[in-house]
Amino acid sequence: MDISRKEIMPLVALTSVKTDKFKTGCLGVTFCLQLDRKDASKNALLPKVLMRGCLSHPDMESMSAAMDELYGAKILPVVRSKGEVQCVGLLADFADDAYVPGNEKILERVISLVGEILLCPATKAGLLNSDYVASEREKHADQIRSIISDKQKYATMRLKELMCSGEAFAVDSLGKAEDTLGITPASLTEHYRRLLESARIEIFYCGSADAKRVEAALADAFSALPRSGKETCPVGTDIRTETGPVRYFTESLDVGQGKLALGFRLGKVMLEPDIAAILVFNAIYGGSVTSKLFLNVREKLSLCYYAGSRIERHKGVMFVASGIDIEKYDEALAEILRQLELCRQGDIEEEEFLNAKKSVVNELRSMMDSQRQLEDFYLGQAVELLDYSPEMLAALSSEVTVEQAVAVAKSVRLDSVYFLMNNERSA
Amino acid sequence: MELRKYERLNEQVNICSLPNGLVIYVIPKKGYFKSAAVFAANYGGSDMRFRLAGEWHDTPAGVAHFLEHKMFDMEGGGNALTLLSANGASPNAFTSSGMTAYHFESTENFEDNLRILLKFVSRPYFTEDSVAKEQGIIGQEIRMTEDDPEFAVYQNLMKSLYAENPIRVSVAGTVESIAKITAKTLYYCHEAFYNPSNMVLCVAGDIDPARVEAIAREILPPEKRETAERDYGQKEKPRPASGLSDVKMEVAVPLFMAGVKLDVPDRGQERQRRELLMDFAMNLLLGKSSPLYARLYADGLINNTFSGGSTFFPGGAAAVFGGESRDPSAVCAAVIEEAASFASNSLRTELFQRLKKAALGDEIRSFNSLYGMCVRQAAGHFAGFDPFGSMEQIAGFTMEDVSEAVLGSLRPENLAISIVRPVKGES
Repeated sequence: MDISRKEIMPLVALTSVKTDKFKTGCLGVTFCLQLDRKDASKNALLPKVLMRGCLSHPDMESMSAAMDELYGAKILPVVRSKGEVQCVGLLADFADDAYVPGNEKILERVISLVGEILLCPATKAGLLNSDYVASEREKHADQIRSIISDKQKYATMRLKELMCSGEAFAVDSLGKAEDTLGITPASLTEHYRRLLESARIEIFYCGSADAKRVEAALADAFSALPRSGKETCPVGTDIRTETGPVRYFTESLDVGQGKLALGFRLGKVMLEPDIAAILVFNAIYGGSVTSKLFLNVREKLSLCYYAGSRIERHKGVMFVASGIDIEKYDEALAEILRQLELCRQGDIEEEEFLNAKKSVVNELRSMMDSQRQLEDFYLGQAVELLDYSPEMLAALSSEVTVEQAVAVAKSVRLDSVYFLMNNERSA
Repeated sequence: MELRKYERLNEQVNICSLPNGLVIYVIPKKGYFKSAAVFAANYGGSDMRFRLAGEWHDTPAGVAHFLEHKMFDMEGGGNALTLLSANGASPNAFTSSGMTAYHFESTENFEDNLRILLKFVSRPYFTEDSVAKEQGIIGQEIRMTEDDPEFAVYQNLMKSLYAENPIRVSVAGTVESIAKITAKTLYYCHEAFYNPSNMVLCVAGDIDPARVEAIAREILPPEKRETAERDYGQKEKPRPASGLSDVKMEVAVPLFMAGVKLDVPDRGQERQRRELLMDFAMNLLLGKSSPLYARLYADGLINNTFSGGSTFFPGGAAAVFGGESRDPSAVCAAVIEEAASFASNSLRTELFQRLKKAALGDEIRSFNSLYGMCVRQAAGHFAGFDPFGSMEQIAGFTMEDVSEAVLGSLRPENLAISIVRPVKGES
């Protein structure tokens, strides 16, 4: 694998991973924006409206036809947050030239199509097409409302909102349904123009082409990008290391299984974060099948079907999610916290520790076999201006000592507890 | 050892059969950090009634899935999940209606991991205590699934379509049905279905096929055993058993799935051809590039969750479509009307050609995932066809084949509809 990074236009960087082991190419073009309630819904809606039509493919049918012609190239709108940086853009994956009849050149054509979608959208009277804005606005609002169908996701989203109320991190990367419905073609168009002029853009490519070829195609496709050279607002995340008294929240819905979600702040370790140690700690506590949460809360005590922890390293928080029998709230909560206490006291067996490290290393090395995971990893790195590879992080992780992992556990503070239960019991 | 080559994709599969009846597929992949192994039994949720040693047995719903959970317990108190994980692998398992598959991916110690996999799956160890405890964990899993509207909409559709086929019943069973499972049930079903001639081993990675064969010979029993004969009920008529399921759950937007039964062969190349043809036909009728999709999308009747295709399971198959919609009945009516007037006009022929190109791209893409290839190979093996030969099948489709598939199946009198509506608000 040959990895390179280069600023190819003002505030536009290309990370390129050359390898011929995949059968496809993968291209991500992402606008990195400050997460903020005011703009989040507009940011999230924008790529969906752009996907509806562009200059040479003004409607959905011709857009789909163009992608079918490119051997089923997939170009999708993507929205996600890395800490308090909202990342919106397009992600494309497409067959490698080597495997299509006549070795047709697909890469240049896909990049050109992605460029056109982003820079030359279908317009009406100088604004983004009002029919498309209206149609996508409704659908986007529905998508946000539908988060409730996935109870685990819903519980974590609610926990985030309540725990980080007053912080940008509380805002979901999709935005809010009510804000979405207030977006007009004029407001979205104005916002869109501002992004084109000043937002930082991260481009990622992984496939068999070398960086030069990708850069040349991008230079061509993005030549109309209006880069004024003006300084943009820097993007970043406000990491809070302090917590107050633990807050408890309970909500009810018509469900059979309760969802218990805990939010922690990683605390002082975030002042100079040792990512490898944080990952290893997470694997010991709840991030792997050899973790304390998995083996004790699930396997030994059968308190739940799942219990796991997840780190959001950009924000310095950790979430524990668990599906439990509603009657077992007290027991499950106590056990989840007790397992953290054991980590704090260094009550970690040699085997547990080694297993956790192996799991982190295996996961990071496996990432090298997935274009999508690499794209997401490097986007995270770019947001924080870090430059190590998954392999380097794997090497660092295998060097972590038990003391370093315990230090992370000692720094972690419980902030909020959220419980989603059913209607009857709350009545 | 037999060698299957796929020249255009630069891929190959090594096949070998052992005297105990096990067939091994090894897919060499260079340049990948990880390797994947899938060890699967031709035994799933649908295999509830079977004959062994001349006697018919009726087992409770959910045994195959229960067995999958319990196989990880090893004699002497060890757990295979922990053992594999400690050895640097990411292990897991799944049970579908027709298959139970145990798998891992690892970036190191592949041979040791393979030994562990083959060992724990072939050597059952259950106690009444461990079975009782698992009833708690699986009970939670069942509750969780029952809160999932996507699961409900699918399961209710199958219940509406079929009168007898076991696809009516959830793979995991119910809290009541799993209460009837004992250690004896598990031992018996393991005996009936986990013999090498009813299993398959698929491996992908930078692996020597001869080593895989040697390890399989070393670990697995050398003799061939009798495999149970299964009963999926009588062949069913095209009319649905009940026709409509309409329930309320915690969702924001109504969700629906509609479908018709298909009469397909149980095994072989013709089964594969029918599956590919139906998927292709549904894509042409209502896929993202179709005029119908564009119309329904613009009218606000569907959003991007809408899709259609086929689902194949033991003893049957169905063509289905669905997604979120404010007016499921209107969508169903539009699909039926479009199907009835499905004709090979010039527009349709153009789309037909384009979708063949897109299908080639999808096929190319599917060769990226080692695990995905192993699972596909396992499913193909059990159903008696070469899963990687689908390109030739699709290339051979004519517009007449496709019209016949649509006109012959999507008749209004055969359609069953399943709807999940929000608990509150719009009815």
